[in-house]
Amino acid sequence: MLLQSIWFYLWGLLWAVFFITDGFDFGVGSLYPFLGKTDRDKRIMINSLGPLWDGNEVWLLTAGGVTFAAFPLVYAVMFSSLYTALMLILFALILRGVSFEFRGKVKSPAWRRLWDTCIFIGSVTPAILFGVAFANIFQGLPIDENHLFQGNLLTLLNPYGLLGGILFLVFFLVHGALWLSIRTEGELQQRAIKTANLLWPALLIVAVAFLAYSAVATSLYQNYLAHPALFIVILAAVAGLLGIKLFMAKKAYFSAWFASALAIIGATFFGVVGLFPNMFPSNINPEFSLTAFNASSSPLTLKIMLMVVLLFIPVVIVYQIWSYSMFSGKVTDQDLDLEEAY
Amino acid sequence: MDPVLLSRLQFAATTMFHFLFVPLTLGLSIIVAYMEVRYAKTGDETYLRMTKFWGKLFLINFAVGVVTGITLEFQFGTNWSRYSAYVGDVFGSLLAIEASAAFFLESTLIGIWVFGWKKLSKMAHAIVMCLVAAASNLSALWILIANSWMQNPVGYVYNNGRAELSDFSAVVFNKFAILQILHVIPSAILLSAFFVMGISAYHLFKKQHIDFFTRSFKTAVVFGLIASIWVVVEGDAHAVHVTETQPTKLAAMEAHWETQKRAPMVLLTIPDEKNERNLIEIGKIPGLLSFLGHHDVNAEVIGLKDFPREDRPPVLLTFISFRTMVALGTLFPLLAVIGLFLQNRLVENRWYLVVMMAAIPLPYVAIQAGWMLAELGRQPWIVYGLMRTTDGVSPVASWQVLASLVAFVMIYGLLGAVGYYLIGKNAIKGPAAIEAA
Repeated sequence: MLLQSIWFYLWGLLWAVFFITDGFDFGVGSLYPFLGKTDRDKRIMINSLGPLWDGNEVWLLTAGGVTFAAFPLVYAVMFSSLYTALMLILFALILRGVSFEFRGKVKSPAWRRLWDTCIFIGSVTPAILFGVAFANIFQGLPIDENHLFQGNLLTLLNPYGLLGGILFLVFFLVHGALWLSIRTEGELQQRAIKTANLLWPALLIVAVAFLAYSAVATSLYQNYLAHPALFIVILAAVAGLLGIKLFMAKKAYFSAWFASALAIIGATFFGVVGLFPNMFPSNINPEFSLTAFNASSSPLTLKIMLMVVLLFIPVVIVYQIWSYSMFSGKVTDQDLDLEEAY
Repeated sequence: MDPVLLSRLQFAATTMFHFLFVPLTLGLSIIVAYMEVRYAKTGDETYLRMTKFWGKLFLINFAVGVVTGITLEFQFGTNWSRYSAYVGDVFGSLLAIEASAAFFLESTLIGIWVFGWKKLSKMAHAIVMCLVAAASNLSALWILIANSWMQNPVGYVYNNGRAELSDFSAVVFNKFAILQILHVIPSAILLSAFFVMGISAYHLFKKQHIDFFTRSFKTAVVFGLIASIWVVVEGDAHAVHVTETQPTKLAAMEAHWETQKRAPMVLLTIPDEKNERNLIEIGKIPGLLSFLGHHDVNAEVIGLKDFPREDRPPVLLTFISFRTMVALGTLFPLLAVIGLFLQNRLVENRWYLVVMMAAIPLPYVAIQAGWMLAELGRQPWIVYGLMRTTDGVSPVASWQVLASLVAFVMIYGLLGAVGYYLIGKNAIKGPAAIEAA
């Protein structure tokens, strides 16, 4: 029914917004040991995330919460099936979150090294594992007639799953490098720009490989072939990817970042649109798949939640844009001297 | 090992750990917001230093609270998938609303508060902290509505093999939720007030920053007094409602075995669960239990023996939790009243300062005991009268749960140690001289 379809796409949208927001946090955190050559560089990098990372992370909580509210059976089966992967993501996010706060509190190199490691692991792990998880969802998982997952973590680490992990990682590395190109200056900025330019061809190759492999490993293209107008989603992703290169050449870093965001949204929706109406497909038997139609909440709940979301999410977007606009300038040494800085 | 037991231990451990940090976030955000509004209105620099000092401790605590909260949202799905599938139609919405209405506001604005001192006017910046406080407490409200639905399920019908929402406002305005919210949030304010008073007492004991910490103490004692009295009075109303809606919890928390009118409360009791009696009962006050439960000395209070064994909560733990909470709960107003009385002569009353330093952990103990009562007393139900805890667990291999449980203990152990070390270190360091704003 229509409500379920609307909710399916809202669900996809929430994940997409999570990826374009916390995605650059993951990217910067993953680039941390490589671009952060001095303590000052490292501090600039994490202070560029400082005011925003927590608000970004809430998109994950909302995506998860909405999965629970609108598609409780999907939430139940997905989270219990992907138990180990989700626990690893969780521990990573926990360590990343406290590292920002704890790192600067003791003036000891060993102390800082500990939290620096946590920032790196806490950023790389979710980047890769979200990619692995979603690629496996696109592909289908061994779900039996009782909705029991007949696999384990190793099942997820199949070639297509791993390619998904690499794709997400490279996407976030580029996204993060572009963020740093906007928010840093001097030598650090030059390194960030170089990194974005260096990684872009890799991103293009992995993205194309992923699009190609999806034709073989998944049935995502069925929806596209049935409704060719949907190819615009893939075009949007490609446009975003090409846009990154175009704007980097013009040194238009804000635009490059937006192009990167478009590419990420496009990539997410490539999968989401291709999946429809499946949400957690079974590769044992399509009849065992969880779909937007067989795993959703009641119409009353969907209606109420729709009103809630239409009421609150636009407000959230407004004050998050306000926050972003406050913190899109360069992170300077004066910023680091403030008592509250990371 | 039994996967149900492991999942229960994990949920208990992760929730209790999270709730070490949440009450201070809820209450200290209010206290700091108050201090900052005073600064914005009066321009008094001491209020600014107070805002920054207590704010610094707030932020360390806030970080651990936030990250340990993510665990809980995940955990309903990872470890309690059957529960989630069964009640998600009702329960899931409440969590999603918590995220959209409250978490976003709290997390976005805290970033602005921390990093935006130079970007906003004094009053605008103070309002940001007011909104952080409001958002945190709003998130508590929604999760308490969710928990209250587990305690007293309303507004649903059984349909399609699950609980389905039939009346959203019944769920939101569940009397259990209203009473629980009015109990939990003031208890958080109480904990935060005693935190501020205790640390202030430390510095006053060392006779340093006397003006700063006297003013901090005097701010906190008002919050502490009102909150501690409220919690006791409202707690009584909450207990009456619990008696009505969860008679097994009432019976267990009082180790009350025999149904009777004019039921007594016993001061010293040692329950003997296996034999359905109490080993020791010293100091019986006739009719007091009937009064506690029904506000009527002659009312009948149902005993545990009248419930099938499989429907009874664990008696000893529920009983101890309740008594611990109440004992401490009656101590707090007393300490607060003394503080109010001595607030202009704190430095000379060193005995009181020592007591208040020692009292810092006590609200933490009381709150944990209260939650143990709430959750253990609800057993064997995960949704009271509707679904048993054992039926709600995920079909996940034991070894996976054991591995995650061990990982949580280790990681949370590290976080707790580091977090409290940093809070303690910065509390002891005292307020820095602020640079020009």
